[in-house]
Amino acid sequence: MATKPGLLVLSILYFGLLFGIAYYADKRRELGKSLINNPTIYALSLGVYCTAWTFYGSVGRAANLGLTFLPIYLGPTLMVLLWGTVVRKIIHICKLYSITSAADFISSRYGKSPGLGGLVAIIAVVGILPYISLQLKAISFTFEIVRPVEELFTYSTTITHFTQDATFYITIILILFAILFGVRRLDVSERHEGLVAVIAFESIAKLVAFISVGLFVVYGMYDGFGDLFGQASKIQKLQSLWSLEKEGVYSEWLFLLLLSMLSILFLPRQFQVAVIENVNETHLNRAIWLFPLYMLLINIFVLPIALAGRLHFPNMMVDADTFVLTLPLAAGQKPIAWLVFIGGLSAATSMIVVSSVALSNMICNSLVMPILIRLPIVRIYEEATLNTTLLRVRRGSVAVVLLISYIYFRLVSDHASLVSTGLVSFLAVAQFAPSLLGGLYWKNGTKAGAWTGLLVGFGIWGYTQLFSQLIQAGFFPQSILTEGLFGIHLLRPMQLFGLDSMSPISQATFWSLLLNTICYIAVSLMTRQDAIERSQANLFVDATRYSDTQRTGLWRGTANTEELRGLLQRFLGEEHTKHALNVYAGQNNLNLSSGLPADSSLVQYTEKLLSGAIGSVSARIMVASVVKEEPLKMEEVMDILDATQQAISYSQELEEKSEQLQKLTRELQEMDALKDEFISVIAHELRTPLTSIRAFSEILYDNLEIKVSKREQFLSLIIKESERLTRFINQVLDFEKLQSGKIQWHMEELQIKDVIEDSISSISQLARDKLIQLHFDPTNIDAAVYGDYDQLMQVMINLLSNAVKFCPKQSGEIWVQVRKMQDHVEVRVKDNGLGISPEEEELVFEKFRQVQKATQDGNPTGTGLGLPICKRIIEHHQGQIGIAPGSENGAIFYFTLLPAEHRHKNNVIMKLQANH
Amino acid sequence: MEDKKKVLIVEDDPVIVISLEFLMEENGYAVFIAKTGEEALELAEKHEPDLILLDVMLPQRTGFEVCQILRAQDKFEKTKIVLLTAKGREVDIKKGLTLGADAYITKPFSTRDLVKTVHDILADES
Repeated sequence: MATKPGLLVLSILYFGLLFGIAYYADKRRELGKSLINNPTIYALSLGVYCTAWTFYGSVGRAANLGLTFLPIYLGPTLMVLLWGTVVRKIIHICKLYSITSAADFISSRYGKSPGLGGLVAIIAVVGILPYISLQLKAISFTFEIVRPVEELFTYSTTITHFTQDATFYITIILILFAILFGVRRLDVSERHEGLVAVIAFESIAKLVAFISVGLFVVYGMYDGFGDLFGQASKIQKLQSLWSLEKEGVYSEWLFLLLLSMLSILFLPRQFQVAVIENVNETHLNRAIWLFPLYMLLINIFVLPIALAGRLHFPNMMVDADTFVLTLPLAAGQKPIAWLVFIGGLSAATSMIVVSSVALSNMICNSLVMPILIRLPIVRIYEEATLNTTLLRVRRGSVAVVLLISYIYFRLVSDHASLVSTGLVSFLAVAQFAPSLLGGLYWKNGTKAGAWTGLLVGFGIWGYTQLFSQLIQAGFFPQSILTEGLFGIHLLRPMQLFGLDSMSPISQATFWSLLLNTICYIAVSLMTRQDAIERSQANLFVDATRYSDTQRTGLWRGTANTEELRGLLQRFLGEEHTKHALNVYAGQNNLNLSSGLPADSSLVQYTEKLLSGAIGSVSARIMVASVVKEEPLKMEEVMDILDATQQAISYSQELEEKSEQLQKLTRELQEMDALKDEFISVIAHELRTPLTSIRAFSEILYDNLEIKVSKREQFLSLIIKESERLTRFINQVLDFEKLQSGKIQWHMEELQIKDVIEDSISSISQLARDKLIQLHFDPTNIDAAVYGDYDQLMQVMINLLSNAVKFCPKQSGEIWVQVRKMQDHVEVRVKDNGLGISPEEEELVFEKFRQVQKATQDGNPTGTGLGLPICKRIIEHHQGQIGIAPGSENGAIFYFTLLPAEHRHKNNVIMKLQANH
Repeated sequence: MEDKKKVLIVEDDPVIVISLEFLMEENGYAVFIAKTGEEALELAEKHEPDLILLDVMLPQRTGFEVCQILRAQDKFEKTKIVLLTAKGREVDIKKGLTLGADAYITKPFSTRDLVKTVHDILADES
């Protein structure tokens, strides 16, 4: 034991160096020349991931299980690829809303729920405590191992009283260190420059130590890599160490990868250095390649050292976890052993200090403060300065965390290997993944969903990991492991639900993360968010849209400036408060001396400052105690919160608008095409008679000696074509008038038979010319209708002249009938002409459509406007016009009109309605 | 009467037909009359006219189609085709000429121009 005091002195000297570095970094910061505002320092500080487990345990695992130590380091390397998006967003959110821990993050995301924050804090503490105690164990056993070489094979762990246990004193030193540089004072930004500088330094120290021993083993004890692997390959059982051909190795790799990927994000110490201590988001860019490089370097010599250990100590006489130390000791290289000891100490202490600071933050802000400020007995509101209370709580937490870890180490951790305990902690914090990552990208994740997922995941973790460790430590009967709880086979903690094809850690990872995720999603889908949850969900998921200068949040209220200042002073101290308010005044161009307006902006600023110090939950409660909050109206809440929805609906509106535009364009194009067609048809209809008129006029002009009969024929054709032209022009004008509604209607009560008789007499000459018989019997017809006499005559004349046109000469017959129905009067015009086929029925009422059948006598055909004009006139009379069935052998046109009485009735009703 | 040149008039408006018929007969041509494109193809087959006065705006089959169908046959290679088109439809004129028409006359036409055009084209051949 001769070296033990020496080691203790070495340790104390080393701690002295660390104190010096931390002190220097803090001084630099006060001078405004931050040491850690540097991407390389940031990347190195991430190396806190590599603990004593890496330093000693990786070699142990490699010596026994081969390459399975690798996924623990490959996972983070893979995860680094996602850092650019995931971690950047988390950092952005934490800075924006002054969030200082994963517990604060999750509770804040789900409506600033105090309970949820507490749950996360408990999971973190329970999950990490064994891990810290594991580091203490590592420190302790290195004290035992570094001893003269002849004692190497005979050492045994003896239970010493804690006052004689070097580890206990190391623990005390670590508590002091953590308090001094992690919780010396309250800081709004919650950054610890001294601490981070030390972490970065220790990362270098452990790397240098590990590479030194690696180089020594490979080149000092053997003749390089070739020699070492050559010797190892001669031994059968060592070959399997660097091959992957083992059963179940792939699922094991998969789950270890998954676990380590999540751990690099959610382990409290990683969250602390990667997110909370981050000075500048752009530092991520260097960390993304430098951190994986660091991991690669520290793993290069793991397998060579493991092989060398197995070669050097055959028959497993020495614990493989100690190869890093025992190999140089066995080779008599004490300085290298001492260097390794320092490296191991670095690995352990950096993890312990950062973890305990991160945990104390969670304990204070998410567990103690929310309870403390609600307890009336504590009378906390009247205490002059709360910042000392806060500091006491935090320092106390650090001490408690480390002391419990020490006790756990003394009682339990002897039974667990370095590796298994580390994975237990990994799995505990991996339970944050669904709620935290879900909350980052999925707005519909609810508080209830997060609660359920976390509780289920934590429950399975507790049963499969913590419980089985306690069984192994002898606190519960061993039979539970083999028979299952209460003898239920499915409940064996290491083969839960009968899953025995995987290793215990793989099956626990599988079940806990699967059920956690399912519960989170399912319960989220089944439950509704309240207003503040919804608000926070939007603020988190859309965080990249908000910048630091914007005041975000749901708060609206008024307060007294002095009260707000008092509140800040109680938690931050006078100097900090003054500084913070100066910054605020500067940002908002306000004059501090003339007093700050106590508006919602200042209230939110205050809440943000307090969030940094005591967590978002407590900050909200404290601010609420001095601010009269005006309840926000629901509409305003919706306004503030649903920025996304607005954007979505806005884009939907745009889409609709553009659809409408497209529709309008199509309609316009159709109308344009119609107009073109209309004009070309009109031009054709005008040009045709004009062509004849001109031709015949020129013929007559040039042929003065033309036969009289010819001359008469030509002249009469000129007259006919002129009439045709006139008629067409009139119809176009009529049609245009009807179409545009410019026509003057002279509505009156009239007898339909008068209209018919007048129309018949005006076309009788036409009929007589073709020797067509017209049948109409006006007797007994008493059908009074309401309408425009002249327009109705036009309809009748159109229908009659159409009939005449299509009737055969001599044998042609036309019948006109009037039928008085209950609610209308119907007029039918029937002929025995060519008839109309069913396909043509619809077309004839469209303008310029003509029945294509040649007329009986070769007379000029119609203009194509007659029937469309009729249709519009009848429609104006609220009647119908059409072709009756059976028109194939002689067309039957009909139209209906409202009887006068009916119209009269309607008028009365309308008048009555107008009077009321 | 052997050497009387044959002219086929294709026009759907009966009044215009009367004027064209008179003009052609007055100038010593044998006249055939078709009112539709179908009829025109039928009569062209039957009488093998020397010249066709072809209205473009015909119901059903247009003058262009008739022109195209005729030109596709060797038999009508030498048959002269004069299109009757609306004034201002330069596109139609171009189309007609590329389809193989020999000349065009716009409606309303000058009777003297019409007669001269028909005469010149037929004289060209001999």
